Amino acid sequence: MDFELSEERQMLKDTAERFIREQYPIEKRHAATKSEDGFDRALWSEFCELGLPGALISAEAGGFGGTGEDIALVFETLGRGIVVEPFLPTMMASIPLAEASKTDLIEAAMEGQSMIAFAHVEPGAYYTETHVETTATDDGGWKLTGRKAVVINGATADQLVVTARVSGGTTDAEGMGLFLVDTNAAGFSAEDHESIDGPHVAEITLSNTPAEALGTPGSDWGLIEKTLAAGTLAVCAEAVGSMDVAKDMTLEYLKERKQFGKPIGANQVLQHRMVDMLLEIEQTRSAVMLAANTFEEDRDTRELNVSAAKNLAGRSGRLVAEESIQMHGGVAMTWEWPLPHYAKRLTMIDHLFGDTDHHLERFIEIGKKIS
Amino acid sequence: MELGYTDDELAFQTEVREFLKDKLRPALAEKVKQGKRLTRDDHLEWHAALRSKGWLAAMWPVEYGGTGWSAAQKNIFDEETVKAGAPRVSPFGLNMLAPVLIKYGSQEQKDYYLPRILNDEDFWCQGYSEPGAGSDLASLKTKAEKDGDDWVINGQKTWTTFAHFADHIFCLCRTDLNARKPQEGISFILVPMSTPGVEVRPIYTLEGEHEVNEVFLTDVRVPLKNIVGEENKGWTLAKYLLTFERTGIANVGNNKNSMAGIKKAASEQMKNGKPLIEDPLFAARLGKVEIDLKALEVFNNRTIWAAGAGKAPGAESSLLKIKGTQVLQELNDIARRAAGPYATPDLPESFDEGWNGTPPGPEFALKAARRYFNNRKTSIYGGSNEIQRNIVSKAILGF
Repeated sequence: MDFELSEERQMLKDTAERFIREQYPIEKRHAATKSEDGFDRALWSEFCELGLPGALISAEAGGFGGTGEDIALVFETLGRGIVVEPFLPTMMASIPLAEASKTDLIEAAMEGQSMIAFAHVEPGAYYTETHVETTATDDGGWKLTGRKAVVINGATADQLVVTARVSGGTTDAEGMGLFLVDTNAAGFSAEDHESIDGPHVAEITLSNTPAEALGTPGSDWGLIEKTLAAGTLAVCAEAVGSMDVAKDMTLEYLKERKQFGKPIGANQVLQHRMVDMLLEIEQTRSAVMLAANTFEEDRDTRELNVSAAKNLAGRSGRLVAEESIQMHGGVAMTWEWPLPHYAKRLTMIDHLFGDTDHHLERFIEIGKKIS
Repeated sequence: MELGYTDDELAFQTEVREFLKDKLRPALAEKVKQGKRLTRDDHLEWHAALRSKGWLAAMWPVEYGGTGWSAAQKNIFDEETVKAGAPRVSPFGLNMLAPVLIKYGSQEQKDYYLPRILNDEDFWCQGYSEPGAGSDLASLKTKAEKDGDDWVINGQKTWTTFAHFADHIFCLCRTDLNARKPQEGISFILVPMSTPGVEVRPIYTLEGEHEVNEVFLTDVRVPLKNIVGEENKGWTLAKYLLTFERTGIANVGNNKNSMAGIKKAASEQMKNGKPLIEDPLFAARLGKVEIDLKALEVFNNRTIWAAGAGKAPGAESSLLKIKGTQVLQELNDIARRAAGPYATPDLPESFDEGWNGTPPGPEFALKAARRYFNNRKTSIYGGSNEIQRNIVSKAILGF
């Protein structure tokens, strides 16, 4: 056993944490989420100059990381600042692009010159990962028709990696493909929305939109599932970082805020609730470490541990969000205070890539296969 | 970062497994797994096997006949022995008193008591709790007064596990009634149970078992040299001992065994024509605690690793105790539910050696309710979970 970070990773973490602490105040985040893009292009360029997106991408594809541990490390750090710049869509889109050796696109994205995103979820899918109705047909060039839902940074992307079906029924794993779509292409439209927790998401319509096949159309489910697993692991790690900060903010508040002539943190009932928060955060951190550390293993091990982490992150994220608000009292109900924005993000992470119930069910199913 | 064991640790794990295969009698392991009552001979048999391998004193330094194991090795040993169904090593002499003697005892005490503990010549019990001093242990009232060459002890201890088997008790006694703080003025004194004035009365726990006792001390005379460490400084020793009581506190190995037992039982138990384990509500409860246990195992290993690297502030073990007992009690509750109506009939005699009756329901159902009730103790003893939260509040959160 060795839980020490390597020297390179420790340095990366320190650099990123310092940048977020010093250059990423909540006011900048608010301005970014209220802007048309939904993030700050200048800040994104600075993140790119720091090399942070490169840590999410393998050396073969032009980066210097891309393992489960890298993903967890970077996103935990981002969670400390509830960063809205497009790390998640960039990382997810780059996984199929790397498989297709599209390193030029990845490099441009890592350098902040173009934006990429990943479009998979559909309006009727709820959390079923294999639910894809969008069709891909080949008549001397691939054409996609269908709708994609709640696509993170979908409206700002220059290129989208899109999942579509060449054969099979609506929820079959067989018959799926990965395609690259230029967002200037004919038949493409995106309707942008600000989300309750900040990042922008888009409803996307494709009608006979020209596309390029990235993998082996019809047999790409394995790669799609791995891409979704990377995204899931990322938001679990992000939740750990955000929970840490929400806990620290609450702790500080309990020691400062006075009522009945003493700090409210002098009340044992609040102290014990803080301990329960701390305990669940440490449990989640442990589950994320396990998922990150086994991310390169066989499919079932990877998915089992990712689902375990997502279930736990959903449970503890809700606990920390609700308890932090409750213990802050009235101020946590205001836009002005930073804490509620962490609470909102923690809550809404449960709606990404399957919620806590979905991943419990999935954990049980995969567990049956393994034992 | 590497969550798995190192090559050296894996080699040690193999050595432990081989030892268990050779030296743990299968019938004894079966008895442990079925939750049968163990006799004194069962314990002595297992102690002897460990002693001959040099593994009985797992917590002691090598120069005293201990193993000198790292925290990781101790954890591997605990997990493998629990998994194999070995009896728990009787902790009071070996894992509690002995480390205190090694750190604070006189040379004479070490020379006399340590070999006797190691060779199972003495059986110790722990005189800590009193009727008025549970979580607030420092408020204890049992007093020891000097009279010539003796301490004269008067008071009452309670929850004394296996006092009815023990021949010695280590007692926290008040030796200065005028101390400024309750923690000051306490001394750590060794008492043979055969001393006139020592009386043991059984306490039957809620499920009807006899494990714990009340110990009455009336004008009990022991020599002054029976004090360990300095007079009035016993609280330091008491706290030091409690840190040993808290090792292995996350109960990971035990919890894994329970998990495996429930899965097996719930695969055999039917509900609406299907195995209970396929019932979505049942599976969801079990799945949730399985995820908690998975995370707990990593959390426990992180803490062990940090302790080895000299990093843990110590209060992490309080977090592990809370989660370890939450998982244990949830598993016991699920096991009780898995037994269904057959959790109800109670056959105390079925836990005795040689019982060859037929259980009215499934075999596992016999112990389900008993175990559930008995393990309610785990969130109360060794510093209740509320006390653990107080410790974390102070040590980690800085309240």
